[in-house]
Amino acid sequence: MLRLALKMLFGDHAKYLMLISGITFATLLMTQGAALFCGIMSWTFSPLRNMRAHVWVTDPKVEQVNDSKPLRDTDILRVRSVDGVAWAAALYQGYNQARLVDGTFKFVTLVGLDSTTLAGAPVNLAEGRLDDLRLPNTVIIDEFGVQRFSEGRGRPVGVGDSFEINDREARIVGVCRTARSFTGGPFVFTTYDRIASYVPGQRKLLSFVLVQPAAGIAPADLARRIERETGLRAYTRTEFMWSTIWWYVRNTGIPINVGLIVLIGLVVGVAVSGQTFYSFVLENSRNLAALKAMGASTGILCLMLIVQSLAVGFIGFGIGLGLVCVIGYTVLQLGKVPFLLLWQVPVASLAAVIFISILAAVLGIWRITRLEPAIVFR
Amino acid sequence: MQQPPLPSPLAAVRVAGVDKAFGDGSSRTPVLRRAALDANRGEMLLLVGPSGCGKTTLLSIIAGTLHADGGEVEVLGQRIDRLRAAQVTRFRARNLGFIFQQFNLIPTLSITENVSVPLLIQGLRPAKAERRAREMLGRVGLGDKVHLRPAKLSGGQQQRVAIARALVHDPPLVICDEPTSSLDSENGRQVMDILRSIACDPSRCVIIVTHDNRTYRYADRMAEMEDGAIRRVLASPAEIAAAHALPDGLGIANMTVHR
Repeated sequence: MLRLALKMLFGDHAKYLMLISGITFATLLMTQGAALFCGIMSWTFSPLRNMRAHVWVTDPKVEQVNDSKPLRDTDILRVRSVDGVAWAAALYQGYNQARLVDGTFKFVTLVGLDSTTLAGAPVNLAEGRLDDLRLPNTVIIDEFGVQRFSEGRGRPVGVGDSFEINDREARIVGVCRTARSFTGGPFVFTTYDRIASYVPGQRKLLSFVLVQPAAGIAPADLARRIERETGLRAYTRTEFMWSTIWWYVRNTGIPINVGLIVLIGLVVGVAVSGQTFYSFVLENSRNLAALKAMGASTGILCLMLIVQSLAVGFIGFGIGLGLVCVIGYTVLQLGKVPFLLLWQVPVASLAAVIFISILAAVLGIWRITRLEPAIVFR
Repeated sequence: MQQPPLPSPLAAVRVAGVDKAFGDGSSRTPVLRRAALDANRGEMLLLVGPSGCGKTTLLSIIAGTLHADGGEVEVLGQRIDRLRAAQVTRFRARNLGFIFQQFNLIPTLSITENVSVPLLIQGLRPAKAERRAREMLGRVGLGDKVHLRPAKLSGGQQQRVAIARALVHDPPLVICDEPTSSLDSENGRQVMDILRSIACDPSRCVIIVTHDNRTYRYADRMAEMEDGAIRRVLASPAEIAAAHALPDGLGIANMTVHR
């Protein structure tokens, strides 16, 4: 009977396509919206992905990694004095303007790495050598920086090209691959010692202290110890990531806007599927009543409806997810739109689709339970 | 000329003092008023009467698709008025075959799949159900069309599919609601010939509700309804022919029964 139920559904091409379209569109909206949200959130903590450290020490008022309140230079010594710290390195992070050869200005995220250790340096170099950062007036930019600085030029910028930051030369000695920044500017890496010349107006330059725990010390334990002994705020990488995410969730309209997209997807799915499926049941009322008259129980008819509804749900979900993957692959190639499809997103979308399918089936089941088999004799 | 066999003395259907009304309060409308009817195995019983006399309601009560307000309804020895809804449903699945006025074939299924439905309802495996369905379609003359959908068939052919569906699970009681009303004379005759041959099985009873006087000559007995009650039962083909002025030479006594 269940096989026949599917044939009944698939044979009604118009209803079947309408149901599939509704579920596909709902899946597309919900999954794409959620992936967009995850992508945006992943851009918010891109400094954590680019400058890797187990523990980040910062001002107690700092809640997210794109914010910084300068620390005193002596704070790094206090951190180093905490038991369990293998090493601690200074890090500057700030937003500045780069002046290009043609006179245009580009907004950049300037990062100053510890001059001795280069702790926090990007790990994926596409061109150049990391050690060349120790040469005078040198910087490493990311691939997005190459793209931005190359606009309007006849050729892409690369190793050997120069630009200026606050009238000081910045010579490119390397190109690296980084995670995109939420703030929109490319990353420009230089040494901490050189930062004072690039941002001369600032008295305190220490944004973060990057800390490596000693062998056998858990990063979370070390972070709590640093907080107790120094009074500063210490985050493990994971803690800082979630703190950053929650800060953007609480303080921006991103969750509401994306949430609306997801909600619209859900509502569209429920409305289209529910209405179409109910219409399908109505149009087949006499056939279903005939089945009841011939001895099909209400239970088997309800099961038929559930199978039909779940079948279109799974098919529509599959098509919708496929479209999301195609869109995601395309936008990731372009590199301009945040997109991150975590495994939890399709799982959540599937749960929503099953909810939509069951709800659509419930409407039909309600109709079937009230169906009198005697109507076939009228 | 072959004589039809005498009906089995075992009653297939016994309805006594059945009442049924629809609506509530001031809008309550009695449809059946102490209706009483018997139908025997091995016979074809026609139920006739003007529109609104309660024929379809009585048929629905016999079929178990409607519950009577009062009285006794015994089908194949079972008091279905005392059974719970689920029990009536199971009883119907095993013991009743239905032929509807509008055929009620599922348009997106092949005729083989349509005919196999009663067997699937009883839990038979699909392959076996379809095999038996194809056999039954062959017996009603549609063996070469088993893969077609109902829309590809004429009205008469669709009704033959419905007959096959009604018989595929070998039910002892076949209930027909206006089986020829949607058909032309030739197709109606073919359908009634098949139903008549079914009725000749001494283990089976066929009850037909009809307005179509072309079917009268096929009946063993005829019950006439009016205002919710059985007014008269014509107990033989001769009485039917006399009462309804059928031309000489018609009536089942003069029919050649095809087995």
